[in-house]
Amino acid sequence: MDRILIRGGQVIDPANQRDGRFDVLIERGKIADIQPSIPLNGATVINATGTLVVPGLVDLHTHLREPGREDKETIATGSAAAARGGFTTICAMPNTTPPADHRGVVDLIHQAAQRCGIVSVHAVGSITKGRQGKELTDFGELFDAGCIALSDDGNPVADSFLMRRALEYAKVFGRPLIQHAEDPALAAGGVMHEGLVSTTLGLRGIPSEAESVLVARDLALAELTGGWVHVAHLSSGTSVELIRQAKRRGVHVTCEVTPHHLALTHEAVGTFETRAKVNPPLRTEQDRLALVDGLRDGTIDCIATDHAPHTEWEKDADFDSAPFGISGLETALGVCVETLVKPGLLTWSQLIEKLSSNPARIAGLECGTLGVGREADLTLIDPIAQWTVDPQRFASKGRHTPFAGRTLTSVVVRVLRHGVEVAR
Amino acid sequence: MAALATSDLTTQTARWTRKDLLGLRELSAEEIRCILQTAGSFREISLRPIKKVPVLRGKTVVNLFFEASTRTRTSFELAAKRLSADIVNITPQHSSLSKGETVLDTVRNLEALKVDVLVIRHAAAGVPHLIAQHATSSVINAGDGAHEHPTQALLDLFTIQEKRGRIDGLNVSIIGDIAHSRVARSNIWGLTKLGAHVTVCGPPTLMPPQIEQLGSAAGGAGVAVTHDLSSAIRGADVLMLLRIQHERQEAMLIPSLREFRLRYGITRERLEAAKPDILIMHPGPVNRGVELDSSVADGPFSVILDQVTNGLAVRMAVLYLVSGAPKVDEEEG
Repeated sequence: MDRILIRGGQVIDPANQRDGRFDVLIERGKIADIQPSIPLNGATVINATGTLVVPGLVDLHTHLREPGREDKETIATGSAAAARGGFTTICAMPNTTPPADHRGVVDLIHQAAQRCGIVSVHAVGSITKGRQGKELTDFGELFDAGCIALSDDGNPVADSFLMRRALEYAKVFGRPLIQHAEDPALAAGGVMHEGLVSTTLGLRGIPSEAESVLVARDLALAELTGGWVHVAHLSSGTSVELIRQAKRRGVHVTCEVTPHHLALTHEAVGTFETRAKVNPPLRTEQDRLALVDGLRDGTIDCIATDHAPHTEWEKDADFDSAPFGISGLETALGVCVETLVKPGLLTWSQLIEKLSSNPARIAGLECGTLGVGREADLTLIDPIAQWTVDPQRFASKGRHTPFAGRTLTSVVVRVLRHGVEVAR
Repeated sequence: MAALATSDLTTQTARWTRKDLLGLRELSAEEIRCILQTAGSFREISLRPIKKVPVLRGKTVVNLFFEASTRTRTSFELAAKRLSADIVNITPQHSSLSKGETVLDTVRNLEALKVDVLVIRHAAAGVPHLIAQHATSSVINAGDGAHEHPTQALLDLFTIQEKRGRIDGLNVSIIGDIAHSRVARSNIWGLTKLGAHVTVCGPPTLMPPQIEQLGSAAGGAGVAVTHDLSSAIRGADVLMLLRIQHERQEAMLIPSLREFRLRYGITRERLEAAKPDILIMHPGPVNRGVELDSSVADGPFSVILDQVTNGLAVRMAVLYLVSGAPKVDEEEG
């Protein structure tokens, strides 16, 4: 298996401006050559006729639950789900128990991921100790341990002074602070978007402004400090506009959006559908369209899953008690193709940029490209085949998705990480 | 069953096909009228010396109240007893509800005991819906969070119909804490479906977003919103007051109960501008001197106790209808 030749596929590699029919040669787990035609020369052949060959997808925002809630997900099941979804690299959010606020937990995550050896897992450390929003963690130690970013995800950093110091101090590391932008006082007790659906159901709402207020503050602080803020899972049109303006002024900001916020609105909650309960909440059609626009004009840099697995019994509860979150790794690509590529809003190349090369760049990783000499992380996709989402067949322990029963286009046919097949 | 025209009831059951009563939003005007008519047939039973008929003999009703309640629970209990059903009361302090058991596990255990009707009260919106999805027994919503309280709205509709002879075309103003009120929501659905013009009135902080569109989903005109009490009183045939919770003050939704009374409390003086035959309604319990002055609560326009009496008939009707309706998952020979 030292030499693998992927033959006849449509290679889409936005990082190298490549979009055409090429053969890809892999040697010792690395990309050795890409040419219109490469002689066989004893290599093992993978016939890629009719499929897309893209750099392995990269998820900046995954919840793996290990350590602490292995009943919801483990690093092994989450990794398998990632591979199934076409991802070869995922970034593990630090809201575990204990949280990834010191080297011990970060090492544990990286070692466990290496042992199962399915996809590359990079830890995101927390910004504050215990994710309590009071004291900074040892940033240098966390980055030395391999964290690609820091975040208190799930909790926002509410204290403006602390956020200022964090952005300032993080500057020397050249890595982003990922903010879950939500003003805790404005969001308090809310379980879905504040609007007609929440009024009808009598549920406590979270106004869009809970997000945009904190986005505005963080942009001001990034401008003040010159620090780098990455805004997680955008949900409101106002936030998109604020970031668009800030980018024009040269503020160091990047951001992401989830497939579910691109595809759905608060109408998906219907009559207390907990599988559509997610934080930030699904908002209005106007917000959804603004997110799509932001993605198209480059305001939004990338798509991240915010894969948030839970047990079935926890989601089989009343809307207030059910936890926030959607199991997203295995539907991300299909939902994006349905929502963005099929209607002609993004080309395949643009989609792969949002799902692979851009998140890799934000994470400071060498993946997300099919450049010669790089690790051979690549995903083969049948862009025409359709499948129906059956959560009972997920590799993830999280079976809760508002996309259950939907027919999606594009099937992941094969995933190679470092030249080794990890899913098909 | 002399006064209970059995033929009437049989046709009404035929018009009623639902296993559950979860809210008024999903009911048609026809279904609402069916319940009100059935309640009319049952009302007389409570006036007899022997207040009991055997229509639900052998059926088991469970009052599953996750949230404390006296009047609704008692009303359901008496309604079940007057129909000869067996009834069990489960309240949070005396059960595994306080031991961290999930709602669905509680229900699965009750169903293993072969019960027929579950009457559910819960502080969280949507619990009766969740239970109805998983249970084969009939589910009656006795109030879920700020979502719906269908039997309260039905007894309100019944009372208006009784006092005014119609609902269509009447002006009904609902006053107070609309945002947190399941009574307001159920009444908005019920009243608009039966052709009443609904106005909601309260401070902006107690008005949920886009409330004006509620009711319009049913093809109606939606509701009018005002923050001015005198305009809500002027021209109204019915004033529905809502209980204002003390916690609203702490949540900064109103500056104080005193301020609320000054701006939205119903006093005798304010009623001087009202129609001479206005009806004053309140789901109880009343905060005397806050949303309603005693002189009004006990005054000639008040029908608050008629509401309680009618509640019994309405709950008998609902218990009867859901028990009689063919069950979706039941396979009977």
